[in-house]
Amino acid sequence: MGHSIGYNVKKALVYIALVVLALACMLPFALMLVNATRTGAEISRSFTFIPGHALKENWNILFDYFNIFVGMRNSLLVAVPATALGAYFSALTAYGLAFYKFKGNKVIFGAILVFMMIPGQLSLIGFYQLCTKLHLVNSYIPLIVPAIAAPGTVFFLRQYTLSALPPSLIEAARIDGAPELYSFHRIVLPILSPGIATMAIMGFIGNWNNYLLPMIILTKNEKFTLPVMMATLRASIDVARNQGATYLAVAISVVPILLVFVFFSKYIISSISAGAVKG
Amino acid sequence: MSNKPTVRKHNKLTAYNRWGYVFVAPFVIVFLIFSVYPVLRTLYLSFTDLKVMGDAHIIGFANYKRVVLDKFFWISLWNTVRIWIVNIVLQLGLAFLLMMVFSDMKYKIQGLAAFRIIYYLPNLIAATSVAFLFATLLDWRYGTFNVMLNAIYKLFGAHYNPVDWLGNPATAGHTIAVIQAWMWFGNSFIMLMAGVQGISKDYFEAAAIDGAGRWTIFGKITIPLLKPIMMYVAITSLIGGLQMFDLPFLMGNKASGSYNSIQTVMMYLYKFGFTAGTVQTGYASAVAYMLFLIILAVSIIQLKLFNPKEA
Repeated sequence: MGHSIGYNVKKALVYIALVVLALACMLPFALMLVNATRTGAEISRSFTFIPGHALKENWNILFDYFNIFVGMRNSLLVAVPATALGAYFSALTAYGLAFYKFKGNKVIFGAILVFMMIPGQLSLIGFYQLCTKLHLVNSYIPLIVPAIAAPGTVFFLRQYTLSALPPSLIEAARIDGAPELYSFHRIVLPILSPGIATMAIMGFIGNWNNYLLPMIILTKNEKFTLPVMMATLRASIDVARNQGATYLAVAISVVPILLVFVFFSKYIISSISAGAVKG
Repeated sequence: MSNKPTVRKHNKLTAYNRWGYVFVAPFVIVFLIFSVYPVLRTLYLSFTDLKVMGDAHIIGFANYKRVVLDKFFWISLWNTVRIWIVNIVLQLGLAFLLMMVFSDMKYKIQGLAAFRIIYYLPNLIAATSVAFLFATLLDWRYGTFNVMLNAIYKLFGAHYNPVDWLGNPATAGHTIAVIQAWMWFGNSFIMLMAGVQGISKDYFEAAAIDGAGRWTIFGKITIPLLKPIMMYVAITSLIGGLQMFDLPFLMGNKASGSYNSIQTVMMYLYKFGFTAGTVQTGYASAVAYMLFLIILAVSIIQLKLFNPKEA
């Protein structure tokens, strides 16, 4: 099409490089899936992309050690309410800060900006002490309730509210005599829903994958969330001796988040893009 | 800041505005209890001698002095920085290259939507899962990675001496840095790409009309306009990087010789904050604040370096 051979060759090389990189992103997952169906001895002898026959055996070794689905259930018990509370209350706060003039509004917004910059480790020890004092060790409350106050989410949704919500809508509702909370639920929430959904998905992934805090707060095996449970694999001699079982555990642990990604990848990409442009 | 409602003067408006308190109240209450209080509590504890239980006595700056004098703190800081630098160079370098490829006007590379989804994939996986996946793949004797390398060497008639990627102090840090770059480059790429797409087309068209070449446009328009985003990516990565914990913590093996080469500041903090037998809460709190001060200082320096005019 009028391009020189050099141009086409270069373009082809660029595509090849991009595909190789894409394969590099997927290779560990491919090996994981294949190795989950092979015995430890097979894995240490050779590598292949053809599945083996040891899936059942690996499954038994793994489930003799722990029931990974209990970890998944626990992770859901934490991540779902935390995400829902975080989404709802962040929207509520963001709307309150964006559309109401009251004393302290700017102070709260300033505090939000400051806490977005403060690294989480600064509160870790105080947070743990607080939980001990309130007898919240081994409870999911410290993993769920703090989601109500998520500075980053509020900041994002406040900017989103200012750009997406026309003040005239709220005024019209007031003239019609609609109560403020009613307007929030019936008018504001639906308009903000794309922004809220974006934040909620990122929040869910963050909550689901969170490791350090649940590890510190939860000490009973039956309470462990998935990442904490996965971390105990190291302690199991049977699993460590059989690589196939380890691969199977990792493979099962990855499935839920991959499902989330399949359905919501558009939101995820747009939220990162939005974060970049805002920053 | 445009947070002004458009209707003014009405007395009724003041009544409406009072609702603002209702809207922000849950946030403020939870924020004070679970964010502000813990941060202040940690600050207080950093000046005390609290061990695990018992009473805390104020001991002034003794904990901070001890942090400054403990060579293991500085070793952990150096480990963290070393791993972070390798990680960020790879991660941002790769993201930058990809951004160049996909924003190039001459070759017009297609498929951005599909590629960035695949590149982003490793970001999603919990660090614990990534840690076990790679620890198993990279196992010295039985891991698939060395088995693959061995097969490739054999193909060329060479002999492969298995490398203990995570167990050898010389390679462990770099290995973790590469895994982290693998995890996060897709995220940086999407951010840079969003930045490029946010640049008004007018600039590019005007430059093209003036006869500027691709490289001139790239150097004179794209790069300067991308600076704030690269800045943002670098600072957030540094703040995150200095708190590096999950991967080195899970992949390091105390029994192997590499542990001291990958112990990060957060692992050091964890040891004194939460590991049974070594808990010294007051000291760990001081470590947390030392790390915070370091992050603060480096962020300010970074800001000044990148934006000499604005800072």
